[in-house]
Amino acid sequence: MKKRKAKLRKRVIIAAVFAVILVLIALFSGVLAPNDPYATNSSLIRQAPSAAYLFGTDNLGRCVLSRVLIGARTTIASTFFLVAVSFLIGITIGMLCGFYGGIVDDILMRIADLMLAFPQMVVAIAVAGILGGGLGGAMIALGITMWTSFARLARSHTLSIRNEPYITAARLQGKSGPQIMLTHIMPNILEPVLINALTQIGTTMIGISGLSFLGLGVVAPQAEWGSMISEARAYIQIAPWAVLFPAAATVITIVVFNYLGDAVMEYRKAE
Amino acid sequence: MKKQIAKRIAELIIILIVLSFLTFLLMYLAPGDPAEKRLSSQGVAVTKEVLQAEQERMGLLRPFMVRYGEWLGGIMHGDWGVSFKDDMPVAPKLVSGLRNTTILAFSSLILALIISIPLGIASAVKKNSVLDHIVRILSFIGNALPNFLISVLLMYFLCIVLNLFPVVADGSLQGLCLPALSLAIPMAGRFTRQIRTEVMEQLDQEYVTGLRTRGVREKDILIHNVFHNASGHIFTIIALQIGTLMGGSVVIETIFRWPGIGKLVMDSINARDYPTIMGFVLIMGTIYVVINFISDILYHVLDPRVEY
Repeated sequence: MKKRKAKLRKRVIIAAVFAVILVLIALFSGVLAPNDPYATNSSLIRQAPSAAYLFGTDNLGRCVLSRVLIGARTTIASTFFLVAVSFLIGITIGMLCGFYGGIVDDILMRIADLMLAFPQMVVAIAVAGILGGGLGGAMIALGITMWTSFARLARSHTLSIRNEPYITAARLQGKSGPQIMLTHIMPNILEPVLINALTQIGTTMIGISGLSFLGLGVVAPQAEWGSMISEARAYIQIAPWAVLFPAAATVITIVVFNYLGDAVMEYRKAE
Repeated sequence: MKKQIAKRIAELIIILIVLSFLTFLLMYLAPGDPAEKRLSSQGVAVTKEVLQAEQERMGLLRPFMVRYGEWLGGIMHGDWGVSFKDDMPVAPKLVSGLRNTTILAFSSLILALIISIPLGIASAVKKNSVLDHIVRILSFIGNALPNFLISVLLMYFLCIVLNLFPVVADGSLQGLCLPALSLAIPMAGRFTRQIRTEVMEQLDQEYVTGLRTRGVREKDILIHNVFHNASGHIFTIIALQIGTLMGGSVVIETIFRWPGIGKLVMDSINARDYPTIMGFVLIMGTIYVVINFISDILYHVLDPRVEY
């Protein structure tokens, strides 16, 4: 058992190291990018990968490597932001529902049930389409359904601890509801909800780059993997590298974060 | 049991009403004036008088609830409104799109099952073997691939490098292959993992040990008992994927120009044709809710031990 635990721990650490490297690349992409990702050059269109342009150039002569690096920032940052906001909204609603119960709980949970009753991507496409594109619109469109899983999880964990002696003790000390939620409930339910956030990263990334691919996410010329692939697929016969490199970046990132989520979950289960 | 089903049906109806209300609200809140959109998308110069006449004609000046009631009443009678783009009724467009989407969705589901059932069973039986590891890695990667990426890669390698398929899916059988495969790959990844877990769970049951001690051949146990018992779960597994399948089909149909409802909605979004978008949301939402309902009932019918 101990051996298995150590093995799982090693998996978590390896996955976490890769994830941190990806985040660092995204953070420092401005420094790492060898060329200006937005500079067009008519004499260098669709150049095959070379020493000066490791990943080649696209239809407008822009450096694909630089765009992939800057695109990492767009994709990873917007994913993290969206997951973080959904996490905050979800955990707040979930704690309120679980702690106070009653009519607020009924109403909010019915709304959550309703949101879960719709196919997420269909809602996202319709909402993003009607909002008229843009990264903000895409994030709102995905966020509408995303908070529900956090809220449900936070609620059920709050329910399971709300009658524990230490909560009653805090009440008897005269602490207010919000105070108890912040200092006693939140630290105790944080872990499962955080793990849920981790497992949502991959799906969210697929959602954001999917919407961008459809033209409902980031607006050109901003670099984002989904929209880069969408743009470059028109001339894939002539310059496959302009599609294949952002594609590889997308796959690697999603695989790393999914693997990290799985590894952490299994590690927790083994305890 | 009957009482439970009646309760679920009542819930279903409420959800459908709320769904229709939210859909209407979405259009109501959408930025821009539909009359103006309609006129400008038809290339009419928008003056104040023309705009007001059009608003009057479209009934936009009446109260929200009245408009909602009329819209919903129309839907019940098969009148789904008129497209802003070409003044054609929306319903026939949706129906023909839905037919093509259903063909695509079913083919991809069947394809995904054909891939995942043998792989899932094999890797569960030969747990921790080389085969199991390969299957697990492949299903993990398949699950992590976004639909649009798979289709672009398939298009590149199969259409351009190997020249096996036509690039544009014109509705023919050959054109169906790539879009169906693009949808099937991530689903197969998920199915394989779930089937593997399910079969492994069944293999741990005592009845399997019992059958083995009685000398029943392993192959017969697998086919007649284990798979039979696990198959009830396959419906649930499929039902869970319907939402993803719907979203995915929008992407795939747009890429391969498959004339389904997903391509229709993307064209409508680009043309700001709200009645079609609303029809799409309403149809997809309804199908999703109804499929989930049926799968719950089926689950119970197939395994009467399951309580609601």
